[in-house]
Amino acid sequence: MTTTTHLPAPTDVRHSSRLDPGGSPSTPDTPGPAEGTLVVEDLHVTFRAKHRSVEAVRGISFTVTAGKTLVLLGESGSGKSVSARSILRLYSSAVEVTGRATLGGVELFGLPEREMQSLRGQAIALVPQDASGTLDPLRRIGSQITEVLRRHAVVSSRKEARQRAEELLAQVGIADPRRAVRSYPHELSGGMRQRALIAIAIACSPRVLIADEPTTALDVTIQAQILELFASLQDSLGMGLLLVTHDVGVARQIAHRVAVMYAGLLVEEGTGAAVLDHPAHPYTAGLLRAVPTHDTPRGFLHAIPGKPPAAGETVADACAFAPRCAFAVDSCRTEQPELVLVGSEHRAACPVVDGEVPPDGTPAPATGLEAP
Amino acid sequence: MSSPVLLAEHLSKRFDNGVLAVDDVSLTVYPGETVGIVGESGCGKSTTGKLVLRLLETDSGYVAFDGQNLATHSGQSLRDIRGKLQLVPQNPQTSLNPRLSITEAIAFNLRTHGWAKRDIAPRAASLLDMVGVPASYAHRYPHELSGGQLQRVAIARALSTDPKLIVCDEAVSALDKSVQAQVLNLLVELQNELGIAYLFISHDLGVVEHLSHRVMVMYLGRIVEESTATDLWQNPSHPYTVALFSSVPGPGRERIVLSGELPSPASPPSGCGFRTRCPIAIDECAATRPDPVTVSEGDHHQAACIRVEERVPVAAAMAALA
Repeated sequence: MTTTTHLPAPTDVRHSSRLDPGGSPSTPDTPGPAEGTLVVEDLHVTFRAKHRSVEAVRGISFTVTAGKTLVLLGESGSGKSVSARSILRLYSSAVEVTGRATLGGVELFGLPEREMQSLRGQAIALVPQDASGTLDPLRRIGSQITEVLRRHAVVSSRKEARQRAEELLAQVGIADPRRAVRSYPHELSGGMRQRALIAIAIACSPRVLIADEPTTALDVTIQAQILELFASLQDSLGMGLLLVTHDVGVARQIAHRVAVMYAGLLVEEGTGAAVLDHPAHPYTAGLLRAVPTHDTPRGFLHAIPGKPPAAGETVADACAFAPRCAFAVDSCRTEQPELVLVGSEHRAACPVVDGEVPPDGTPAPATGLEAP
Repeated sequence: MSSPVLLAEHLSKRFDNGVLAVDDVSLTVYPGETVGIVGESGCGKSTTGKLVLRLLETDSGYVAFDGQNLATHSGQSLRDIRGKLQLVPQNPQTSLNPRLSITEAIAFNLRTHGWAKRDIAPRAASLLDMVGVPASYAHRYPHELSGGQLQRVAIARALSTDPKLIVCDEAVSALDKSVQAQVLNLLVELQNELGIAYLFISHDLGVVEHLSHRVMVMYLGRIVEESTATDLWQNPSHPYTVALFSSVPGPGRERIVLSGELPSPASPPSGCGFRTRCPIAIDECAATRPDPVTVSEGDHHQAACIRVEERVPVAAAMAALA
C-alpha cells in the first residue's frame, strides 16, 4: 500500500462535457498534474466568542491525493471535523480560518463566496454524519438530488435531471431507485438515507469528497456496505476522499494514508500500514491498544490515563499529550514537538520515541527517562 | 454449578404498534459472570434488558432473579429486589439529574433503598473512591464532569445498593476509545472484587467479546446464536454471526459484506428472520422458523439455522461466495 504524496492525478476522463459547469468563468478546471489533489497547509481554525476564543485547529497540513483516501483519525474534540468543514468554508465569519487550501491549484480560502458556491458540490463535496438531520424532511429524495444537478447546471432539463437522479441512486446501491426518488427521507432506513446523501455528494462527480463520520450512526453490517461503496466509487470516479472518523476499524478498512489528530494538531501521518501497524507516536499507539482485540486479556485493556484536553485547554509551548504520556520527559512540557520523518513517508511528532513505539506501549527502562 | 442469579425464560414483547421486539428469548446469568448481548439497532437487545429489569412487562414467560419470580412482586418487595438488580444506562448526561450533585445522586438511590441517614454520606464517598472519581469532585454537578467521569458516577450509583447483577445497556458506547478502555477495566476490576454479574448489552462486538464470558447474538428479536465468548469467536456458526465477526479485524478472516437492509421488525420475513440477507439461504428457510441446534455440547453452543442443522460449513461456504 505505498502511495506517493504528490502522485500526479491519473488522466481524468470523468469530466466529460456533460458534467462541465457550462463555461462559467470561475470554472476551477485548471488542467495540470495536480488537478484532483487537495493540499492543505498550516490550517488554523479559531472560534471567537465575546470573552474568549478557542483555537480548535492549531496549524495542520495534509494532502488528499486524487484517487486515494486520507483518513483523519481522532477522538471527540481533536479538531478533525472542524478541519474538514473549514476547508469547505462552511463556517460563519465569527470563525477565523487561516492557512491555505488549494484544490487543483485553486486557492479556496481566497475565493469570493460566489465562486466558492460554484465549487461546493461541484468540485469538492461533503457527506455529513447524520443523514436524518441533513436531508430536508419535507422534500422527496429525488428533488433533493436534482437541486444539486440543476444548480450546477450539469443537466439541461427536468427530465434529464430526474433520470440522472435515478442513475445516481442506483450507483450508490439503492435497489429500487424509481421508488427511492419519490420517497421522503422518513420512508427510508438509516443506511438508505446515508446512501442518498452520498448520491447527492457525488452528483456532480467531485474531485474531492469530504466524508465526516459517514458511518458512525450506522450498524456494522451496513457500515461495511457503505465503506465498500466509497471504495468502488473512488475506483470508478477517481476522486480523492478525506474521511473523518474516530474509529480505528474504519481507518484500517479504507485508508491509504492516515493522519492522527490530537488537541488540534497532527501527531502522526503516514501510510495506513505504517501508522496503524507501526505507530511512532505514543498517542496513536495508545489509541490502537485501547481497542479490544481477541488477544487482549480480559480486564487488561491498555487505557490511556486521563482524558483528552478540551479545545482551548492546550498549552502552546508543550506537547498536548504529555500529561497522559508514559514517555514524557521535561522537554515535552516546554516545547511543542514538530512532525519529523520517522520512516519512508511516515512522520510523527514525538522527539522521545525513536522510530516505533515498543509493542508493550511503555518506555524501555534505564535510559534516563523520567517516570510519568 | 451454583444457582443462576438471573433466569429468564421465553420472554416476548410485542409493542402496541405491532412490532414484535423480543421473540422467545431465554437467558441465564450465573453469579460473577458476564453475559453479553450483541446485535444491531432494532434487534431487541435493549428491550430484553428492560424486560429483565421489569421496566417493561413481558408478554410471556418469566424472569426469576435470585430464585424469585419478579412478576409476583410489587411495591416495597419489588424495590428491595431492584436494589440487587441495577442498571447502568448508555448516556449519563441524561440519566443523571442535572440538578443533583453527584454525591446527591448516589444518596438519592441509597435513601430510596432505606439506608440510614448517617450512613449515606460516608457510603457515597467510598463508592466514588471505588470507581476512581476524585473526592474533590464530590459536590460537582453532572455538567462539570467529562463523559468518562460521569459514567463512573453512574456505575457508583448502581453499585450503591450492593447489586448481584448490573444490566449495562450500551454503557461505554458514548465514550472515546481511550476513556472507554478505562471504564471497561473498572467493570472487570469491580466484578473480580465484588462478584457482581453483568448483563452487558452493546452493538460493539469487540467490546462484548472482550468483556463477556458468554455471548448471545440477537437478530430481529431472536437469539440466533450463543456460546462462550472464546468458542463463538473461534467458531461462529450462524451466517449472521459469521458476517458480524468478519467486520472485526483478525487473522485469517475473510470480510463478508452482507447485501440488503435490516428488515423492519414490524413486518419480519417468514421463517428465518435473517434469510433475506443470508448468502446461503435456501427455499426451506422461508418456510420454517429455525429452532436452536446444538453446535458443541461443552460450550453449550447453539445456533438457530437449518443450514447449521444440515452440517453445512457455514463460514467456509460464505467465504467462498464473498
